[in-house]
Amino acid sequence: MAGKTLYDKLWDAHLVKERDDGSALIYIDRHIIHEVTTPQAFEGLRIAGRKPWRVDSILATPDHNVPTTSNERASGVEGIEDPVSKIQVQTLDNNCDEFGIVEFKINDARQGIVHVIGPETGACLPGMTVVCGDSHTATNGALGALAHGIGTSEVEHVMATQCLVAKKMKNLLIKVDGQLGEGVTPKDVVLAIIAEIGTAGGTGFAMEFGGQVFRDMSIEGRMTVCNMAIEAGARAGMVAVDQTTIDYVKGRTYAPTDDQWDAAVANWRELVSDDDATFDKVVEIDGSSIKPQVSWGTSPEMVLPVDALVPDPAKEADPVKKSGIERALNYMGLAAGQKITDISVDRVFIGSCTNSRIEDVRAAAEVAKGRQVAGSVIEAMVVPGSGQVKAQAEAEGLDKILTEAGFQWREPGCSMCLAMNADKLGNGEHCASTSNRNFEGRQGYGGRTHLVSPAMAAAAAIAGHFVDVRDL
Amino acid sequence: MKSFTQVTGIAAPMDRANVDTDMIIPKNFLKSIKRTGFGKNLFDELRYLDEGLPDQDCSGRPLNEDFPLNFPRYQGAKVLLSRENFGCGSSREHAPWALDDYGFRAVIAPSFADIFFNNSFKNGLLPIILDAEIVEQLFQEMYAREGYELSIDLATQSVSTPSGESFSFEVDEFRKHCLLNGLDDIGLTLQEADAIRSYEAQRKQQAPWLFGAIQPE
Repeated sequence: MAGKTLYDKLWDAHLVKERDDGSALIYIDRHIIHEVTTPQAFEGLRIAGRKPWRVDSILATPDHNVPTTSNERASGVEGIEDPVSKIQVQTLDNNCDEFGIVEFKINDARQGIVHVIGPETGACLPGMTVVCGDSHTATNGALGALAHGIGTSEVEHVMATQCLVAKKMKNLLIKVDGQLGEGVTPKDVVLAIIAEIGTAGGTGFAMEFGGQVFRDMSIEGRMTVCNMAIEAGARAGMVAVDQTTIDYVKGRTYAPTDDQWDAAVANWRELVSDDDATFDKVVEIDGSSIKPQVSWGTSPEMVLPVDALVPDPAKEADPVKKSGIERALNYMGLAAGQKITDISVDRVFIGSCTNSRIEDVRAAAEVAKGRQVAGSVIEAMVVPGSGQVKAQAEAEGLDKILTEAGFQWREPGCSMCLAMNADKLGNGEHCASTSNRNFEGRQGYGGRTHLVSPAMAAAAAIAGHFVDVRDL
Repeated sequence: MKSFTQVTGIAAPMDRANVDTDMIIPKNFLKSIKRTGFGKNLFDELRYLDEGLPDQDCSGRPLNEDFPLNFPRYQGAKVLLSRENFGCGSSREHAPWALDDYGFRAVIAPSFADIFFNNSFKNGLLPIILDAEIVEQLFQEMYAREGYELSIDLATQSVSTPSGESFSFEVDEFRKHCLLNGLDDIGLTLQEADAIRSYEAQRKQQAPWLFGAIQPE
């Protein structure tokens, strides 16, 4: 019998029932919820007179709408100036109180972005199925978990039944071997992968990241990579469990202890694809060839190495792609053939579920140390992913380094990644952003997003335009 | 759940690839705690010339006259035609809610993003995958003829054009069954409650650390 992939093993371990029509019920171990995609699900439960199946499987926190300035944060929910955001955050509090769900409320020291707090508290563990009404849930796959985003109807379904109706996906292996060059980070790796396979390259697949580059990568780095699986079309991204994973999980608040720890570790060690496992598709990339990346367009696949030139639509034969490039250049206010390094930045955003963990803050601080944000940059902000990340960074003095260099140091939340709170781009402004999506209007009406790593974002803040961080 | 059996209606274009859910319904409107009322903000940043605000009366806003959904010929459209990877990006179910609330009952494209595809079925909005060549043909026929209507029949899994040409599409048996009958899939899953409990009991023995770690303080 052929071996199993990591995804096959996770699927098999959670299969409750296969139906004759090819659909299956999959058991969900962990459900993380936030304020944006749950109010209608709770309302659905109430209307049908249902209760959550297993309250201890759910962890809640508000993140998308929360303000990130300490002034506006000081008085909690009451202090949120946008009345519509305030209602949404208040609604999450009320729903969690009503159903007895544990919530890290707005000013709890453990509050943060859903995909940051899950792993850091040990709420999300290797071997789990993890869902959340947010497409970046695949972040948790870095722990060797099957994690993916769901819609609000599915949030309600999981709360009511502890299961999802699912169909098994196909297996895709993204293999990146070799060694990354200096200044090349996990963000550059995942952007290069998306450039290679396209935003629909992973549609219908569960994506495993394998090869030397990921074996050498920290869990934080693996999270950055898995986080953006959805930007390559895959709902779930994952990395096999190794000693790095086990060391990361040990001692976290909700992680098992004592004899349960030993049993869990023995179980987790199995969470690797077998040597003879077969994948439906394999993509191989040479890690040593990857350079720091910058997105130039309005889709995450519109990304290039920092030393490249903005593409020319005249050279594209496919009419749909050609008009896509033309539209993107027009929206972004760029000219074909322009050097990426000639693009000026108006704002800089370092944060989001992609890049707001301690290593990301360290990387930004390392570049910022002893330098100054360029005068032409309106605002450069660093938004830690959680209260724990913030406290850790402050303990290391990173906040001081960053503020001395002219960066703003904010309270945790999703912030300008999707600009549901007050942090947003002005019309036509270019932003060096460590977030995950450069869609039109994503970071603010008319805003122009360029996706980069934390080090590249900090370097752009200092230079006032994109620059190869390796040249600093 | 809203059912879908047959629909005949005007087809309208969203003639680009990678239509993302931020484009379908921008984030400022996700602050609503309701499921309805998103139709007036569907494709907000393309449809209007100003920046939209939540809970705003949109009737007096300046329209982008170059955006096809604002053309008189596409008013009342029920079928949206688009290109590859429709619905990519965020998992927001507000995207199918907005399309549905606007009046669309089906979206036809060569491919869809997984989460959007899945969310659509839960809301009586039928995503239909047809070959890129066929989608191109439908686009051309639609552009050539004002009032171009498509007929969709879920039971026979077919899309028919005004000339009587018919194209068949695939749909999962379970989804088709739920959609045709407007079934509540939570209710269906709860019929398997015994199977879920028995899985859970077994899992608790094998992996007890997965249970009970998160408790109110």
